[in-house]
Amino acid sequence: MYRYDQHDQQLVDARVAEFRDQTRRYLDGSLPADEFRHLRLRNGLYIQRFAPMLRISIPYGLLSSQQMRMLAHIARKYDKGYGHFTTRQNIQFNWPKLEEVPDILADLATVQMHAIQTSGNCIRNITSDPFAGAAADELVDPRPYCELTRQWATFHPEFNWLPRKFKIAFSSSTKDRAATRVHDIGIHIVRNAAGELGYEVYVGGGLGRTPIIGLKIRDFLPEPDLLSYCEAILRVYNLLGRRDNMYKARIKILVKEMGLPAFAEKVEAEWATIKDGPLKLKDGDLERMKAQFSQFELDPSAAKDQSYAQKLSEDSAFAAWTRRNLKDHRVPGHKLVFLSLKARGVAPGDVSAEQMDAIADLADRYAFGELRATHDQNLVFTDVRQQDLYPLWQALSALGLATPNIGLLTDVICCPGLDFCSLSNASSIAVAEEIFDRFEDLDYQHDIGSIKLNMSGCMNGCGHHSVGHIGILGVDKKGEEWYQITLGGSSGNDASLGDRTGPSVERAHIADAIQNIVETYLQQRLSEEEGFLACYRRVGMPPFKTRLYAEEAA
Amino acid sequence: MSPLLSKDGTILTDLYPLLPDDQPVPAEGRSVLVPLSRFTEIGRYSGIGLSLPNTTDVLKLPSSVLQLPLLALDFPSFGDGRAYSQARWLSGRLGYRGELRARGQAVVLDQLEMLRSCGFSQFELRNDQNLQACADKLAHPTAVSRRRFPSLA
Ligand code: HEM
Ligand code: SF4
Repeated sequence: MYRYDQHDQQLVDARVAEFRDQTRRYLDGSLPADEFRHLRLRNGLYIQRFAPMLRISIPYGLLSSQQMRMLAHIARKYDKGYGHFTTRQNIQFNWPKLEEVPDILADLATVQMHAIQTSGNCIRNITSDPFAGAAADELVDPRPYCELTRQWATFHPEFNWLPRKFKIAFSSSTKDRAATRVHDIGIHIVRNAAGELGYEVYVGGGLGRTPIIGLKIRDFLPEPDLLSYCEAILRVYNLLGRRDNMYKARIKILVKEMGLPAFAEKVEAEWATIKDGPLKLKDGDLERMKAQFSQFELDPSAAKDQSYAQKLSEDSAFAAWTRRNLKDHRVPGHKLVFLSLKARGVAPGDVSAEQMDAIADLADRYAFGELRATHDQNLVFTDVRQQDLYPLWQALSALGLATPNIGLLTDVICCPGLDFCSLSNASSIAVAEEIFDRFEDLDYQHDIGSIKLNMSGCMNGCGHHSVGHIGILGVDKKGEEWYQITLGGSSGNDASLGDRTGPSVERAHIADAIQNIVETYLQQRLSEEEGFLACYRRVGMPPFKTRLYAEEAA
Repeated sequence: MSPLLSKDGTILTDLYPLLPDDQPVPAEGRSVLVPLSRFTEIGRYSGIGLSLPNTTDVLKLPSSVLQLPLLALDFPSFGDGRAYSQARWLSGRLGYRGELRARGQAVVLDQLEMLRSCGFSQFELRNDQNLQACADKLAHPTAVSRRRFPSLA
């Protein structure tokens, strides 16, 4: 856990006071509504379909049990008893009252939390691998780098009024679990041939209306130059990014319109003038940052435990859960444990206040009091001893958090849709539920294997539909809900955007359509080893298309 | 007329009032602010301030501009932050040492500290602003403006 020092705490407290004053001026009429909108957005507050929505920052997805209890408190006191984990590794509350938001922020500040820059045209929450610090395939822990970047980006005076929002993600592992290539800046921490640490930098990725995969702007940036390089990119963007049309204002459009070489030339020219200035990281900067993250004393004898193997053979439901919801830890005898927020009858990502409290208790008991939010809207305990897995599983089962479906078809990413969002064309949550019911049978899901189904209620793409192996997008046709399907998207190292299958399908047929796609895959795959994405990339659209539109042709 | 504040919140008299379009640029004796479009009308007289649109590439300005005693940057709307970066370039990379004035829709209580952090030294407040509150804000900086990574030297 990153622990605030005095300076961090002062910043956050000052921000609460500032926002309280802004809210007061808005309510007494002295702050114009449009300006308050800009200011409240920078404090996470949207005005939504039914009520305001407050988006709280969870830097790189990391939460302490104490913070989780505070979220439970907020859910109970200011909301309707639940919160919604998002694809940005943040949490949103859908029912706070405008007048109470300063109080919520003050409560959050007591546990080192805030909603700063979670919305608005500024640098947003820095995201990273939810397994950071524990993943078996990690080069270094990316979180100290994220934290440095967060501190640079927070209240950056120059970049608070950008053409559009700006998102930065870090990955430091062979497998990109942070969707870095659909971010405005994606940073891969790497080692060069000489063995030095540094970064591979991608720019101009993004989802939304015009989804674009980020391009590599630099093969290797030396470790001390992280912030100066980001600053150079942001400065060029702030000056040249389009402001005439909100839908063309993201950096991805600037990079596309200028062309990567011309854009890179400007960035490099600017960077050359600032790289040796005050933003250059000094010896010890990263070390100091690392020291502010708690280090856990992992149990060296954890792997000697016999009970785990025994429980695996005794209890098949437990064994099924371990197959899907655990990941390897870098230290033997430990596992990363997924808490599935995709259960029957629950909107993906929703957690009740009671669950939050119980999760906090379990984190204290089994996971050093920490947990992570993932960008596919689940939670993770990163450091659990294998001997604790069985009791943890039992407790999670009782809480409805042990659906063994991580990475399977029912582990859908889904935006709030018509239930909460004024822009939506689709009742995404209801569709997600229908798909859940259709594919609930676990054996069938296991047979299908790992697959990413992502759904957005409109083309803003909050549900990452364009990078889903299967993507579903709600579209409006003369006031009716229709669904555009895409296949072959990915947000991993091999990032790609999905291809449209053809005409959209109506609400009543969407679950059938998904089933047709899945069955086509099962027929076409060479073996169980060939996953959906690989199979689609090999056979292409025709067999899927034929099957999907067969009935209409008949 | 809009009130003018200094970096530390003192109320200033405007020594560079905007020159109406139909008046000639004075050759001496009176200082004024003129738009960049009239730059060629400036003679050798040094009492001229220049107002730059936020689309100007300040890196391409003639070096004589950097000798002027006052440059004013414009915020045509509350949310258009281009002039923040122009200010950073002028006061940083280009080493401009004259007065840097912020004018327009973003020169309001809620942006003063950010403007100052980016190198502005004078603030021509938007007309609807509470002068006392703005002066206090500049006189008593909050923690929000004391960031850990000040990128200005
Ligand atoms: C509830 C009301 C919400 C509204 C009104 C809303 C609005 C928007 C809009 C307008 C965009 C497009 C921005 C652009 O292209 O520049 C967008 C993008 C996005 N939103 Fe939301 N959103 C909402 C909820 C959510 C939720 C719940 C999540 C997470 C599950 C989320 C995550 C995202 C992501 C990941 C993007 C795409 C970012 C990108 O373009 O790279 N949003 N949202
Ligand atoms: S994708 Fe569209 S419908 Fe869904 S939350 Fe985002 S803006 Fe709303």
